[in-house]
Amino acid sequence: MQAIIDFILKISDLMIVPLGETIYMVALSTLFSVIGGLPLGVLAAVTEEGHICESKNLNKVLNIVINIARSLPFIILMIAVFPLTKLIVGKRIGTTAAIVPLTIAAIPFVARLIESSVKELSSGIIEAAQSMGANRMQIITQVIIPETMPSIVLGITLTIINLIGYSAMAGAIGGGGLGNLAIRYGYQGFQEDVMFGTVVVLVILVQGIQSIGNLIYKKMLR
Amino acid sequence: MIDISNLSKVYHTPYGKVTALKDINLSIEKGDIYGIIGFSGAGKSTLIRCLNRLEEPDTGKITIEGLDINSLDKKSLNKTRKKVGMIFQQFNLLDSRTVFDNVGFPLELDKVPKKEIKERVEEILDLVELTDKRNAYPSQLSGGQKQRVGIARALANKPDILLSDEATSALDPLTTYSILELLKDINEKLNITIVLITHELDVIKYICKNTAVIEQGEIIEKGATNDLFINPKSVTLKKFIEILSNFQENGCYQGGDGI
Ligand SMILES: Nc1ncnc2c1ncn2[C@@H]1O[C@H](COP(=O)(O)OP(=O)(O)OP(=O)(O)O)[C@@H](O)[C@H]1O
Ligand SMILES: [Mg+2]
Repeated sequence: MQAIIDFILKISDLMIVPLGETIYMVALSTLFSVIGGLPLGVLAAVTEEGHICESKNLNKVLNIVINIARSLPFIILMIAVFPLTKLIVGKRIGTTAAIVPLTIAAIPFVARLIESSVKELSSGIIEAAQSMGANRMQIITQVIIPETMPSIVLGITLTIINLIGYSAMAGAIGGGGLGNLAIRYGYQGFQEDVMFGTVVVLVILVQGIQSIGNLIYKKMLR
Repeated sequence: MIDISNLSKVYHTPYGKVTALKDINLSIEKGDIYGIIGFSGAGKSTLIRCLNRLEEPDTGKITIEGLDINSLDKKSLNKTRKKVGMIFQQFNLLDSRTVFDNVGFPLELDKVPKKEIKERVEEILDLVELTDKRNAYPSQLSGGQKQRVGIARALANKPDILLSDEATSALDPLTTYSILELLKDINEKLNITIVLITHELDVIKYICKNTAVIEQGEIIEKGATNDLFINPKSVTLKKFIEILSNFQENGCYQGGDGI
């Protein structure tokens, strides 16, 4: 019994700071990627043929941009954006620095999820709004976004979970967080108990986030 | 008054051209309930959607109270649309909003003050007899109730015209009649012109003062509903009447060539 308590104390002692760093990285990059990805995704959907802001060229450009960013594995993208990271944060690695590549990786992901949510919205609802004399901006802000909100919530949940995974990779090359902890104790230090603790915390974290996401989704779905 | 002259519309699809409307001419008097009936694919939806330009016609002219609909720019079109309500077969309510907020939505678009919205919405909910459902969400309503919300929403802006695209086609017969009664009521009380398209003869018989029959994109017959029923000339209308009377005689339709 005492051994278990000791173990928990040791693990939580070691874990508290990295866990905080992970949450910090993931929270901020989620926020920024939604700020960037939401308009991009909505725009990609409404510029499609037959939609309210049909524009073949803009749609093509958006798709290319989104696909390029999505085709890079995170670890490569992180290194590739070092110069940008340095420009914004002042250094290339570290917990705050990791937010830059995390955000850049997640923006196109969020954009695609939101794009597909918007496309799923029935065209009848948009036509009804048009028949009421709503202009395009009103249709986007007062019809499309509120009506897709439940599925946007699920998309954000998925994004958060993905970002936890990415942040571990960032941690592996000096970004801090749980990834860093796992590398130092599990990989370099052969401390399997710490490794085990990290796994448990990650599983709880991901399950918790998914459950909260599902709960909000169900609440919003009328 | 709605005036449609020489209206045509062709859809270009990967499989070729589809002529949806061919040289349509119609006049609809103010205060009328005008029915347009035809079989599936005849061009009914295309026609009614041209009236508020959800569909752009290729040629022809539509005027509403003298206003040339097709020459309007976006802004004036939106302004005109506010005076032309529309209801749909699939209701098209906003699932994220309550009944009250659905009905108030067109007013919110116009930034009408909250207090005025409340007054207006309460007034219309009373008219469509949905006051007790004001806080319900669309998913908690029956089809008939949803259509009442649709009608209430279309009336929020006090329109002069109501367009109905198969508004009762998803409803059972009893509910259909209650909705038709409501439309009749609205027409009489508020003097709103109603244009409705349908593939149900009953609907035409029940509320339309005048009717046009559309077949493969062409108006082949039109006039006072009673006259048309007494002396149908077009194949479409004869078929409709034949099907209906066969139903009534035999309980099921037997003759005909597969409709
Ligand atoms: N967006 C479109 N693109 C191509 N063809 C279309 C389009 N909309 C309608 N059509 C075609 O135009 C014709 C008329 O269609 P419309 O929807 O007006 O018929 P309808 O009388 O309303 O039929 P229903 O009773 O089934 O609703 C049909 O042949 C249809 O296939
Ligand atoms: Mg139709």
